[in-house]
Amino acid sequence: MQRWKILLVAAFALVVAACSSGGGATTTAGGGGTPTTGGGEMAEPLTVAFVYVAPIGDLGWTWAHDQGRLAIEEEFGDAVETLYIESVPEGPDAERVIRDFAQKGADLIITTSFGYMDPTIAVASEFPDVEFVHISGYKTADNVATVFGRMYQPRYLSGLVAGKATKTNTIGYVAAFPIPEVIRGINAFTLGVREVNPDAVVKVVWTNTWFGPPEEKEAAEALLAAGADVIAQHQDTTEPQKAAADAGGFSIGYDSDMRAFVGDTVLTSPIWNWGVKYVDIVRQMLDGTYEGGYQYWGSMADGIVDLAPLSPLVDADTAALVDEKKAAIVAGDLDVFCGPIVGANGNTVVEAGKCLTDGEMLSMDWFVDGVEGEAPAEAPTGLGE
Amino acid sequence: MTAPFRIGLEKRLDPPPYVRWLVPILSILVALGFGAVVIGLAGADPIEAYLQILAGAFGSPAAWLDGEFYAVSETIVRTIPLILTGLAVAVAFRMRFWNIGAEGQLVVGGVFVAWVALFLPELLPGIPQTPWVYLPLMAVAAILGGALWALVPAVLKAALEVDEIITTIMLNFVAILTYQYLFTGPWKDPEGQGFPGSAPFPEFAWLPRIGGRVTLGLFLALAAAVVVWLVFDHTKLGYEIALTGENPEAARYAGVRRAGIILAVMLLSGGLAGLAGFTETAGISHRLQQGLAIGNGFTGIIVAWVAKLRPGWIVLVAFLLSALFVGGDQLQISMGLPASIGAFFQGMILLFVLGGDVFSRYRLRIARRAHVISAEG
Repeated sequence: MQRWKILLVAAFALVVAACSSGGGATTTAGGGGTPTTGGGEMAEPLTVAFVYVAPIGDLGWTWAHDQGRLAIEEEFGDAVETLYIESVPEGPDAERVIRDFAQKGADLIITTSFGYMDPTIAVASEFPDVEFVHISGYKTADNVATVFGRMYQPRYLSGLVAGKATKTNTIGYVAAFPIPEVIRGINAFTLGVREVNPDAVVKVVWTNTWFGPPEEKEAAEALLAAGADVIAQHQDTTEPQKAAADAGGFSIGYDSDMRAFVGDTVLTSPIWNWGVKYVDIVRQMLDGTYEGGYQYWGSMADGIVDLAPLSPLVDADTAALVDEKKAAIVAGDLDVFCGPIVGANGNTVVEAGKCLTDGEMLSMDWFVDGVEGEAPAEAPTGLGE
Repeated sequence: MTAPFRIGLEKRLDPPPYVRWLVPILSILVALGFGAVVIGLAGADPIEAYLQILAGAFGSPAAWLDGEFYAVSETIVRTIPLILTGLAVAVAFRMRFWNIGAEGQLVVGGVFVAWVALFLPELLPGIPQTPWVYLPLMAVAAILGGALWALVPAVLKAALEVDEIITTIMLNFVAILTYQYLFTGPWKDPEGQGFPGSAPFPEFAWLPRIGGRVTLGLFLALAAAVVVWLVFDHTKLGYEIALTGENPEAARYAGVRRAGIILAVMLLSGGLAGLAGFTETAGISHRLQQGLAIGNGFTGIIVAWVAKLRPGWIVLVAFLLSALFVGGDQLQISMGLPASIGAFFQGMILLFVLGGDVFSRYRLRIARRAHVISAEG
């Protein structure tokens, strides 16, 4: 027994020693090579690191962020170096990964899920010279900015498409967590649905996971079995779309143009164009004009969010309506959360002539009329200004 | 035509001592060999990959000389809950009580900790608000929470013979969903703008850190290993646990009360898992939020099995597994390999270590057919 332990520890120490001498050797070789080069004409590339919550192969949320990473590479070539790590669990474990990037000399670290908020803030306080961009959170620091988009705008447009498409007047919505971002999307979508089809209801199922292919699929199947013939979603993968297609129904994608992956039954998708903002940030950093610590909530007019092209299965009338509303949103003539808005409990939440403030939208925890599901709170009254 | 020889397995009646360490080492080497092939197929240099894993988990000598022990400190951070869940599982498995519920017991422990940290100061302001009072209270709460959660399958088994595998697995989901409900619902931070997560614990409820993110929880985990070792090897309870596991009939004849031993084992097992909930919430996250149920309870099963349910080995195996986990991140960061390679690796090593175990209990025997037939007859 004792000998077992001693031997194992010895073997282990041996391997560690072997490894470290190997690592040391590479460093020296690199160090030996550099003095011969001409010197400082070649600037160090700007290192941009991404922390992803799911694999890039999710074809949704993380895939869309990775398209943004590729857009940076394409735009700036050798002037940037990008790193990424996928499938990092949200919560305290992420702190290790983020700090690791900072120690490896990343100049800009982009953490792409809500649950990375506290870890990002914690690491940022230790590395004042590194810039951090956190996606979807609300905490900032001198070197931590937040970036997000007004996804509710294309969500509303996709609701118009879904409301026209449903025959059973039942639309299923597979949703991750009951947090304001997701609830805002459900409400905006439902406002679109009810505008063109006042009899339709939107049934919500919570999966409690961003990335859970089996859970997403099962939730979609349950909704289809409950009579839904159109499936919308706020998840990371294409599973709900596949489930809808398999059952002969339609779906509304999310994150990326999921029609490209699943087929024409995906009528459209509210999508993220992260590259728009990422390229902008990197350009400012390369110019030396970047100032961190801001909160950015981009709109359809900025291009960070958009509606994917409609499927050929969408009829011309609906397409014309969507085009018209989209133009109005981009022009700033139309806002989604303007009264009259009635809550799921019948309360008049926003009176005619008033619109929700950004603060009210960012803390939304109630459902509008037409949504069937569990919301964290009852709809209040008297919001908007 | 059948071959004149046949390869078979024969039980080792008296395993030679070298088998006990040679087999696991060979198993790990074979696993690393297979892993190298897969890394090669993924288009990366296997040697480089292994060096990256080691450097990621333990750091490099250059960093050590600079007084930089970040990598190994993170490996220890990850080790602490694995020691506790490994011990929790080992206690139950030693009496062949298949507690697959350490994950849920850990989570309930964390929930109890959060309750004490978040609500007790207001409820009983008379309690001195210092770590000296609060940390022990929270640790006891964690043990209580885990033990209570484990008590349910224990009672069902002792009284009604309900299969504990099913009950412990299912209670994981109940625990995790309840915990999610709490931090997305009633315990949600009022200042969190509606986002999920409880309010942060007050600072007197934080487990002090001794370096990097390593907390005093390390000593707690090591002490727990010593306690479990003492219970196993030096108490009547430990003897009864082992006896019940190996031969329930004999245990009954020896006067062991089965119901009593089941309850005792599960209280201990659940308490240990609950303690892992304490080190993770009070030591790392400082609030109740997503990320408490990340599989430490399930990995604990693997730790316990690979360590053959021995407390000393559990400490070592927990450390090695977390090194694989922490170092495995480097495969992605530095080498651009997909995240699944890390998980693949863990699975590979476990498969070979557990599979290799066959060879410490049996030996390969190449025999003439006739002999085999007569041996079987």
